[in-house]
Amino acid sequence: MSTAPLVEVKNLRVDFPSATGVTHAVRGVSFSLGKEKLGIVGESGSGKSVTGRALMRLLPASTKAQADVLRFGETDILHASERQMRALRGRRIGLILQDPKYSLNPVMTAGAQIAEALRAHRRIGRREAREASLDLLEGVKIRDPRRVHDAYPHELSGGMGQRVMIAMMLAPNPELLIADEPTSALDASVQAEILRLIEELVDTRGMALMLISHDLPLVSHFCDRVAVMYAGQVMEELPAAELHKATHGYTRGLLECLPSLTERRPRLPTLNRDPAWLAPRP
Amino acid sequence: MIEIEKLDIRFGATHAVRGVSFQVSLGETFGLVGESGSGKSTVLRAMAGLVQEWTGRIAVNGRPLARRRDRAFFRMVQMVFQDPYGSLHPRQTVDRILSEPLAVHGIGNADARILRALEEVALPRAARFRYPHQLSGGQRQRVAIARALIAAPSILLLDEPTSALDVSVQAEVLNLLSDLRAARGLTCILVSHNLAVVAHLCGRVAVMQGGRIVEELDEAALRAGRAAHPHTRDLIRLSHDLEGMTP
Repeated sequence: MSTAPLVEVKNLRVDFPSATGVTHAVRGVSFSLGKEKLGIVGESGSGKSVTGRALMRLLPASTKAQADVLRFGETDILHASERQMRALRGRRIGLILQDPKYSLNPVMTAGAQIAEALRAHRRIGRREAREASLDLLEGVKIRDPRRVHDAYPHELSGGMGQRVMIAMMLAPNPELLIADEPTSALDASVQAEILRLIEELVDTRGMALMLISHDLPLVSHFCDRVAVMYAGQVMEELPAAELHKATHGYTRGLLECLPSLTERRPRLPTLNRDPAWLAPRP
Repeated sequence: MIEIEKLDIRFGATHAVRGVSFQVSLGETFGLVGESGSGKSTVLRAMAGLVQEWTGRIAVNGRPLARRRDRAFFRMVQMVFQDPYGSLHPRQTVDRILSEPLAVHGIGNADARILRALEEVALPRAARFRYPHQLSGGQRQRVAIARALIAAPSILLLDEPTSALDVSVQAEVLNLLSDLRAARGLTCILVSHNLAVVAHLCGRVAVMQGGRIVEELDEAALRAGRAAHPHTRDLIRLSHDLEGMTP
């Protein structure tokens, strides 16, 4: 075993050319990730999702992605062949998306979709795939795996759909799980359940987790480290437990603008966006 | 000002709302919290006239409302929806979106009113001739609020008005709602699953589960965690849990 981290990103830049000019979505992001849980937090448009997509090379063909290093395991993502990438996507890197309503196939049963994920990566028979799907559904703590196995996505609640999605992503036993806003379409109580489930699965399977979200307190609850992104750059990276010691104005601003249940505040402080945050960082 | 009594709503075999009763007085903001499927949005939609399969009594200013609402009702009651991406017409400019309620209610002086409405929700004048897709999520929600308020209603129904927004934008929209409420003396019903948001805006809160109100409590009790029903206590514990990380 080498000691190099599973994922290494150095100076990642992603540009979207458009009719009106070039959008610099990611401007020099660097981080590395081992078997740990990294939270990537920022507002919409901060480049957090694009960073996750770049790791799987799932960006539109017109996009220009550059980096000094963009490595997963021993694969150089920027120069890998499409064939090498296909061996990575799903098999070694799983991606959980925001809304199960849109990301599950509406005309396939939950079980069929999990079995499909299994059979895409392993040579197994139908019956074996069915057994394995049921096991996976049980693994994501669905009480009645048989019913859910034969149900269509519209017959499932949001939380249930997200569990199916997680089961599907776990099927090939990936080394890295990228969860892009996995719970923002869900209720607060279901949110916590799903994140606890992801946390538990990541811990027991020894996977790495990249949790992308706009919800700073929620993420810090479930991650070891948090990187805070603004306008395509990482403003600050810190251990989740030390979030309250955050020094960057943007991180502080994000924390302070939340309404609180315990403390009454007639007005919420709003974020004063410092133009200096936009300046290229070393 | 608003009285809802023994409200019952069924959709086919689904009994969505089961005997819900509450009252909201003039100038008050009343919160409805609960998980998805608890019936909170359905109560709001029945109040707004968007759901007609209800029984029971809904009264405004002491006058019971019919299933079908007249124009005067919509002059008095307006609603802001969760998702500004879905609630604004994609092929209408902000100007057109804001003109519509004025035309419907036969209110003149549209030009000046639209400018004032934009100013009130702190949108730049340049936003007037833009389409929704040219605006940010927060700006879109401001347009939705401006549209709801342009015909000067006295009751505003808010269905998860900030849950599709970034926390930084949520703070701005919540501040805007408090300002407008104070300036116009609005009576509001706010539906949300976020207890902190509800506590921020509402003086009184009803907690819903399985179509029923299981508990009604005031802001102070909610903040102090003095809840009698186990479901309310669960929701409060969860909210504290997540807040535990914030300084």
